[in-house]
Amino acid sequence: MKDLIPKFDYELVVTGPWTTDFDMYGWMMLMGFLVTLSCGLAGNFLIWRRMALVGDAISHSILPGLVIAFLALAAVVPHDADGEHSAEFMMRWRTPAMFVGAVAAALVTVVIIEVIHKWTRVKQDAAIGISFTSLFAIGVLLINRFASNIHLDQECVLYGELEYVPLEPMLSLGGTNIGPLPLVRMALVTVIVIVLLLLFYKELLVTSFDPNLAYSIGVNPSVVHYGLMMTLAVVIVSAFESVGAILVIGMLILPGATAALISQRLEVCLWLTVLHAALSAVLGIHLSLWLNSNSAAAMVIVGTALFVMAWAFHGLQKFVLLRRAVRSDADGPEDSIPNAA
Amino acid sequence: MALLLVPFSAQGARISELSEATIWEQVVRFFQFRDPSVRYAVAGSILLGISCGILGSFIVVRKMSLFGDALSHAVLPGVALGFMWNMSKDPVAIFIGATLAGLLGAAVVHWVKESTRLKEDTALGLVLASFYAVGVALTTMINQLPTGNQSGVDKFMFGQASAIGADDIKLMATITVLVLVCMALLYKEFLVTSFDVNFARVIGFPAQVIHYILMMLLAFSVVTALQAVGVVLVSAMLITPAATAYLLTDRMHRMVVLSAVFGVLAGVVGAFVSFLDDHLATGPIIVLAASLVFLAAFCFAPRHGVVVAWWRQRSKSARVSRENTLKSIYHVLEARDFEGEGVSIRELAQRRKETLEESQKLSHALVNHRLATITGDDILLAPAGWSRACEIVRNHRLWELYLTNEAKIASDHVHEDAEIIEHVLGEEVVRELERKLKYARQDPHGKPIPGLSDIRRGTGVYRREDLVGYGKR
Repeated sequence: MKDLIPKFDYELVVTGPWTTDFDMYGWMMLMGFLVTLSCGLAGNFLIWRRMALVGDAISHSILPGLVIAFLALAAVVPHDADGEHSAEFMMRWRTPAMFVGAVAAALVTVVIIEVIHKWTRVKQDAAIGISFTSLFAIGVLLINRFASNIHLDQECVLYGELEYVPLEPMLSLGGTNIGPLPLVRMALVTVIVIVLLLLFYKELLVTSFDPNLAYSIGVNPSVVHYGLMMTLAVVIVSAFESVGAILVIGMLILPGATAALISQRLEVCLWLTVLHAALSAVLGIHLSLWLNSNSAAAMVIVGTALFVMAWAFHGLQKFVLLRRAVRSDADGPEDSIPNAA
Repeated sequence: MALLLVPFSAQGARISELSEATIWEQVVRFFQFRDPSVRYAVAGSILLGISCGILGSFIVVRKMSLFGDALSHAVLPGVALGFMWNMSKDPVAIFIGATLAGLLGAAVVHWVKESTRLKEDTALGLVLASFYAVGVALTTMINQLPTGNQSGVDKFMFGQASAIGADDIKLMATITVLVLVCMALLYKEFLVTSFDVNFARVIGFPAQVIHYILMMLLAFSVVTALQAVGVVLVSAMLITPAATAYLLTDRMHRMVVLSAVFGVLAGVVGAFVSFLDDHLATGPIIVLAASLVFLAAFCFAPRHGVVVAWWRQRSKSARVSRENTLKSIYHVLEARDFEGEGVSIRELAQRRKETLEESQKLSHALVNHRLATITGDDILLAPAGWSRACEIVRNHRLWELYLTNEAKIASDHVHEDAEIIEHVLGEEVVRELERKLKYARQDPHGKPIPGLSDIRRGTGVYRREDLVGYGKR
């Protein structure tokens, strides 16, 4: 039990990541920040739309999409003389195939949920449960069946591989290194999310809070809904590799939930999400160095701690407001509570 | 970042490795239950099907379906802590740790929901992810200890039906009996708190306590089910059979029984199919079997099935269209004071403002249902057709009159409403309407309302003199 928590090494935990090992941990922090940021920005809308668990469902049901995409890719890849797949071809098409598979799986999930929920008396929560478990089961079966053709790592699906990000080949442009490949990809996804957010801010806002108003000003809520779901799929599939299928749910929900406890304005919430992402990425790395644990999990733990702090703040705020209300009631002339004595 | 490497650990998840054998031999072997692994797997699936099915029907009607999902992830830190208790895989310690973590998770969900603006879905997601993160961190930390690389926490993620042993069966049987006993003793309480919490409070049931008893049973079942089907698929065991039963019945006790039956069915089918093929893991097959049963209910459930509803809708709209045709024919006849035999298709088309082809189609639909016959160009109403036409017109005009006289709606606003209701008014309502309207004979537009005698006549009215009843005088 005592061996579990290693001794606190100031050098290693606090200063190390910023000085000697910055080459490594800098990339990990940046990656963690980008993942949490893009997930958190999308997650805010999930929370406001009461669809937090749709994110959960999609992160699971992406699995068969990935498997089918890889199988399809393996089927079309040209074989060389030894019957081996051409590695170069695989490398080039792997990412696009993955994204297409993930987006398709996400759309299938959302459609199944809506069909079950709208066409029968089964409620949305049960519909979510049915759709993602079935798809996940199909994914696991396909992996069992065609395991030899697919290279999908269980550890990666569960825990993510944030630790391996700095070890990936650097992408260099015009002679200068801009960063490891997955990080560049994640940065691209983050930029896309932010651009979409800025372009469709009004549409997202109005459909999240008042679908009827949205209709009346000519915004089709279901188009926005499907757009959001597709973006979510892209975000989840790119985050999934580095943080795993389940921790990604934490990154989707925690920033938005924390922000929602502090502010009721969407704009403020989005800025708080940025802050939350940065804090949980940086502090998460420190925590994982101290505890010698999985970094993605440590980031989610820091995110949870931030949520708990916001929760306490929220409780305190409510308490203070209540006190103030009680006091002003007591001071006021219209004290409606009759004296028992 | 290559998505590297190895497949899921599902190789071990099959019930039995088999050498060459025909399917028939395997079937025989399965049902002889000679292999202990088959016995355990089947017994485990049955027990799980019963306990998850029963609990699942309550969480589905309480709209808490995803509690199972959240709990199954939230138990992970408990599993890790249970392992840390004395650094060994002590099933009792792991069970206690997991159950405590699950209950804490359920309490946190409730607490977040009560004390903040956040909704239940967000609270569930929060608990799911944050507990799971603690579990992952603990697991990775344990794995780095010299003694810790055997924790086998990974096994809980995907489940290993093949690893079910006699001890696990005992545990499952205990939990199932506990669930059954609780249901027998507290069925009424569970029922009332599931559907009307306020009523339950009023009659003095401790709704909170009942809620936590349910949560506790749920945590027990989830923890035992984890070993067999894994974290993700345990929520399917809870939700899918119950949702299937929900489509088939409106009574809670029937739903509970049906849900348990479907759970058992899916479990046995899953165990059987994965026994047949080396490459099929048990957990996913169980889930897919349950999903297939749901799909069947989704399509063909007598009242709530989609295909059935579609068919009902279709036949209803066909009937409405036939009745509208009959009504138009009646109108044509009425416009020429019921003179002459039958109505030509041209007249019908003019009346309905449509093409000849469309009218032809409509009249053929009447012929197919023996409501009319066609001779040459004329449509002659059969007795049944005539009665129905009179009924529809009577319903329409009665309703118009009712809306004008009783509901005080302007007479030019009542037609659309009557167009819809004329097809659904039953005999009793019509009697009631007639009584209320004092057997009036004219609708608000001055048209005669066909009476009972017109309808009973049933032989087809070709002459004005034959039309007795309200319209006549």
